[in-house]
Amino acid sequence: MPDAANPRFTDEQVAEVRRLQSLYPDKRGALLPVLHLAQDVFGYVSLEVEEYVAGLFDLSPAHVHEVVTFYTLFFQRPKGRHVISVCQNLTCHLMGAKGIIQHLTERLGIDVGETSSDGRVTLTTVECLCACEQAPMMQVDDRYEGLLTRDKVDRILGGLT
Amino acid sequence: MEKIFTRNFHLADSHTLERYRATGGYTAIGKAFGMEPAAITEEVKKSNLRGLGGAAFPTGMKWSFIPKGSTAPKYLVINADEGEPGTFKDRYLLERDPHALIEGMIIAACAIDSHLGFVYIRGEYVEPWRVLSGAVREAYAAGLLGKNIQGTGFDFDVVIHRGAGAYICGEETGLLSSLEGKKGWPKIKPPFPAIKGAFGHPTIVNNVETIAAVPHIINRGAEWFAALGTKSQGGTRLYSVSGHVANPGVVEAPVTTTLRSLIYDHCGGIRDGRRLKAVVPGGSSAPILTADEIDVTMDADGLKNAGSMIGSAGVIVFDETVSIPEALMVVARFYAHESCGQCTPCRESTGWIYRMAHRIVDGHGRKEDLDTIIDIAKRGAGTTICAFYDGAVGPYVSYIEKFRDEFEALIRSGHGA
Repeated sequence: MPDAANPRFTDEQVAEVRRLQSLYPDKRGALLPVLHLAQDVFGYVSLEVEEYVAGLFDLSPAHVHEVVTFYTLFFQRPKGRHVISVCQNLTCHLMGAKGIIQHLTERLGIDVGETSSDGRVTLTTVECLCACEQAPMMQVDDRYEGLLTRDKVDRILGGLT
Repeated sequence: MEKIFTRNFHLADSHTLERYRATGGYTAIGKAFGMEPAAITEEVKKSNLRGLGGAAFPTGMKWSFIPKGSTAPKYLVINADEGEPGTFKDRYLLERDPHALIEGMIIAACAIDSHLGFVYIRGEYVEPWRVLSGAVREAYAAGLLGKNIQGTGFDFDVVIHRGAGAYICGEETGLLSSLEGKKGWPKIKPPFPAIKGAFGHPTIVNNVETIAAVPHIINRGAEWFAALGTKSQGGTRLYSVSGHVANPGVVEAPVTTTLRSLIYDHCGGIRDGRRLKAVVPGGSSAPILTADEIDVTMDADGLKNAGSMIGSAGVIVFDETVSIPEALMVVARFYAHESCGQCTPCRESTGWIYRMAHRIVDGHGRKEDLDTIIDIAKRGAGTTICAFYDGAVGPYVSYIEKFRDEFEALIRSGHGA
């Protein structure tokens, strides 16, 4: 089983790492794509994952840590089975994002930045996801969900296992 | 008006190679392959195409900065890191007309003698990434990308690179740092990317929409494109209109269109019969305009003359119910969060100003706060490596200067917004 505490890619995954590295004039260019891959495989980017990835690039773990902590899409702690990211930027604010965020915290019983106790959902707020025509909106894993109302949020939550 | 960028948006299969070809796609590369590279650049110059990502820099002129006769590898990098609040037009292009971007990339690559292109797409754009990846695969399978494209001897590869969540990576040198596997810290210019860009080599960074315009310019001529616009900017462009309009969405219009026309003719006016209060005309960094300042043309120079900027052409409409201090707090929170931390004036001031805007909204504002915000904002302007902080100063100063009474009343009342 993939384990963020003791991360090892399979041979196939290592081959994918080498393929990604070959696409760039300097293999270091593949660092973000490989970190995405690592997060998909191991669930989040632990310090051990950072060290393992650093080894695949001949980089220092400190460099990888600096990169991981700079970007919002890399999770440094285990996340829920689903991640809900609610936009709180200008248009979504105008269209009622605050009410949507409040509704989600009440329904999930957690604050922004937390994961529900059953491990189902991690709730975050984010800056503009650039789908302002559908404001208020949020991202649920890979999907954008827009024109949110409390009812629509309830339906979306009901569909998450 | 004839649609250019959006001509196929209504078709369910507009993202496919088959549909793109059926509507004239990939005929411009045939023309471009028959042209001298310098002639392609000249044609783009004459079209008055200006960068549609935010800075409105003349595209042909940018391409001409690639050193002549250089044998170094040259890279074409597409900025698909759409992130300017209020902007969503590149998402539509990526999902509904990805082949226009790919064809434009091939033509731009011919012009600058590049054999490797990158599309830097924001990590949150999963669906656009999937659609674009499919289109790139189709183009490879059809011999439109890769080695010896259509027997011309020209090689060009495209790599799609996913970002990981950082607004600053939309700034072109921050983007290049990120593409190189680093945190997205902008770099001091000069050297400009055209001289020393990605991986230390000459690089052109262009926005998605800018490059998607190129096949049309090559096919129909620079004069045609230039004639759609003003003396200094050609074409139509995509406006992202959101907020309190009846029908928000992407609107294609000539750059000579007015802000009033966008709101009232194209987007159905203000929702629920309410009154207009203010408009942010070009993404969150553009200084705000009041309801009586909307008779401006939506080209780069028109908005500059009105004291604002066209930026990414993201139009955010505020009706009379909006609290401007609250809006400032939201915008200030964004800049505080997204400052990359490299330059002291930006790193510190964005945090200070957010905290002051927050206490004003919470009912704890002090009467000197407004002048302090404006003072801090103006002192930092122009002192940083990239344009991020200057972009933040636009809203900080304009929200307060144009709606000072509202801020003062809130501070005097001692109650929150």
